[in-house]
Amino acid sequence: MATNLPAVDAVLAGFGWTGAILGQQLCDAGLNVVALERGAWRDTPTDFATTFAQDELRYMWRHHLFQNLAYDTLTIRNRTDQEALPMRHLGSFLLGTGVGGAGVHWNAQIWRFLESDLKAYTHNLQRYGKAAVSAYDMTIQDYPLSWDEIEPHYEAFDKLCGTSGRAGNLKGVIQDGGNPFEGPRSAEYPNPPMAMPYGPTLFAKAAREKGYQPFPHPTGNVSRPYTNPLGAQLGQCTYCGFCEKFGCGNYSKATAQTTILPYLMMKTNFTLRTESEVLKVETTADGKRATGVTYVNSAGEEFFQPAQIVILSAYVLQNVRLMLLSKIGKPYDPHSGEGVVGKNYAYQTMGSVNVFFEDKIMNPFIGAGALATVVDEFNGDNFDHTGLGFIGGGYIAQLHTGGRPIEMIYTPQGIPKWGTEWKRAAARNYLRAVNISCHGSVMAHRGNYLDLDPTYRDSFGRPMLRMTFDFSDNELKMSRYLVDKAADIALAMEGVSAVKKNYRTGSWSVVPYQTTHNTGGTMMGDNPTQSVVNKYLQSWDVDNLFVMGSGAFPQNAGYNPTGTVAALAYHSADAIKNQYLKSPGPLVRA
Amino acid sequence: MSDSEITRRQLLVGGALVGAACVTGAAALHDGALGAPPRTIKGAVPWREGTADVPPMVQGTAYRFFTAGEQAFIEPAIDRLIPPDETGPSASQANVHVFLDHQLAGAFGRGDHFYLGGPWPKGTPEQGYQSRLSPAQLYRTAIPAVEAYVRDQHAGKTFKELGAAEQDVVLRALESGEAKLSGADGKSFFDMFLQNVLEGYFSDPIYGGNKDMAAWKMIGFPGAHYDYREWVSRHGERVPYLTVGIKGRPGWSQG
Repeated sequence: MATNLPAVDAVLAGFGWTGAILGQQLCDAGLNVVALERGAWRDTPTDFATTFAQDELRYMWRHHLFQNLAYDTLTIRNRTDQEALPMRHLGSFLLGTGVGGAGVHWNAQIWRFLESDLKAYTHNLQRYGKAAVSAYDMTIQDYPLSWDEIEPHYEAFDKLCGTSGRAGNLKGVIQDGGNPFEGPRSAEYPNPPMAMPYGPTLFAKAAREKGYQPFPHPTGNVSRPYTNPLGAQLGQCTYCGFCEKFGCGNYSKATAQTTILPYLMMKTNFTLRTESEVLKVETTADGKRATGVTYVNSAGEEFFQPAQIVILSAYVLQNVRLMLLSKIGKPYDPHSGEGVVGKNYAYQTMGSVNVFFEDKIMNPFIGAGALATVVDEFNGDNFDHTGLGFIGGGYIAQLHTGGRPIEMIYTPQGIPKWGTEWKRAAARNYLRAVNISCHGSVMAHRGNYLDLDPTYRDSFGRPMLRMTFDFSDNELKMSRYLVDKAADIALAMEGVSAVKKNYRTGSWSVVPYQTTHNTGGTMMGDNPTQSVVNKYLQSWDVDNLFVMGSGAFPQNAGYNPTGTVAALAYHSADAIKNQYLKSPGPLVRA
Repeated sequence: MSDSEITRRQLLVGGALVGAACVTGAAALHDGALGAPPRTIKGAVPWREGTADVPPMVQGTAYRFFTAGEQAFIEPAIDRLIPPDETGPSASQANVHVFLDHQLAGAFGRGDHFYLGGPWPKGTPEQGYQSRLSPAQLYRTAIPAVEAYVRDQHAGKTFKELGAAEQDVVLRALESGEAKLSGADGKSFFDMFLQNVLEGYFSDPIYGGNKDMAAWKMIGFPGAHYDYREWVSRHGERVPYLTVGIKGRPGWSQG
């Protein structure tokens, strides 16, 4: 039997990036807020200090900062006619847990979507016709908000993180050295770009010779000391190469820990309970209002936390599962096409090109999570797709995230994975090779969705989430196109001796690491028959329930999602503070 | 850090003292393992001294997991995956067998961070690892199955008794899935084995392998440095830093 706790104004289920943003915003508005986090408290000196953070085995391969699948996993399959089986070991994506969430071990690649990404359906329909947006059983939709509505919130996140980069479009004026395809920015980046090592420098030179407009990757690894608007101080990134998949010991990577918690944790109207997992959102008998959440802590004690506002701020896969377990919104049925919760699950299509040099020392270990030069000519609808047989795209980047030797030794085409030939190739090429990433979109398709598994249960006895996902030919053709374009640039890099193209082929596999960019399932839209939440991330069915995260994406763009996840969180917080609190109820009339 | 603390941490990871740790107020288990007490945090950043989540360190090279029969397979097999030559150390010269032994005797061997609940249908290759066995159980089951396969193919010989080229044929048959083992999935085993060997060869020496950081020196990785600002713009130059691990390097830190 659950113990009833005193009511609060707002409860947050999950305390990563979006939980911290909403906590700070709502506490500053005077609300009494409780955050529930299933994992442990984590801070920089205790959990990832510079004296022991550079440990590839422990963090990357033994998953020390990641979700422990022994207690919670999901089931996976490619198609509805297959039996979904548990993801027994992390591979394709690296789920987070604990305070700060996956935002502790992210790269801090901070992107804004294109204006055309926000209008993926109508933009592609108008330019390429009905067949282009309905091929491959596509179920894409527009985002229900405009560039002008979201831009101030992208800006807020950039200021929070001290994003380092160079504007390409400042209030409509194209700027040399930035991304000319980006939507108009209201301000220059808070910090200048990072210094570039050899590989990104040679890549940018080759790209310019090809007629492209390369630019430095926008990054939350700060290029100089920075104090953000909350008074939190970040230190200059030292290029240690242990950023993605690791915690930063140097206070250089924007995370909840480095940008928000020093401020939020001191507020007397904020309470954090760790080792406390939300099991369910409770609702009134008519199902129209959330009364709070039920959670269980690591001692096995169950509590009911009443709240005026419930915010789901866990990772996308947990948010979708909580919606399904709480029976809020109509679950999606891929056979009838009806329902919305779990619909339009999407991911990222990753390809790459390895580039080898005969005599150049590339020092791959000089790295940071978003240390790269980028070409954006083939992202979104930045190029004419006529006759290509796909829509969408991605960015192409020579990314120096590090040279961690278990994961990142590249060997030329035809070299076996072990034995003397492998060993000699590894020793020969480690210092003389770099990798170009092709970071592609995934459109929404009728058969890609999330629901509850009929067989497997988690350690609380609840059904696991079931993921049904495969790449369509739209994604595979798009990715192949990107890889070929990347190889063209690679072959123009000074001193190149060989390239190896790594196309994405066949069905999606859970085994090789790709990226932790899972999206969809609680998508945002203009009306309740086609979406789970409105543009303020407010549930259509339960108006005091708000659902954060990349679940809101109707489909995934060719960029890393966190910038847009954070912007949508700020947009939602703004609406809660300035509209909902004054007049509780639906913020958009259905 | 004193040796007694290292030992205590290893025991904690091993689970033997989890209950006692709660009673004595030790730090939360940092990796999400059950056993950490729930906490309510308000009005403060709850930093506590003496709770840094330092990694465990392997002590000694004596076998604690592999039986004599398993050692007779592991030692020659790891040196086919990474053979000795003038380029750098072989796997056994880098103490990869010590690394494997400690990993399988510890949390990884017990299936830490793996989901091993049933039911256990075989699944598709895209669904990844689908065994009910922990890594330690997989090694324990698969090694005798590989030896049985070798005896069958090579007139009663053991893996160790084969020539290098014959050993490579066996390993390639496991890698491709052509070798059908009795009671074990040879490809699942090989995939994990190769991954673990690379881990032992290239991970920090605190885990028992990568002896003298020789594998890092072979490829030119300078190790656990954390500041390359002086070198990021010096394109094409070799970074002259001496190789270091988490515990420093011989002659600098006596650990």
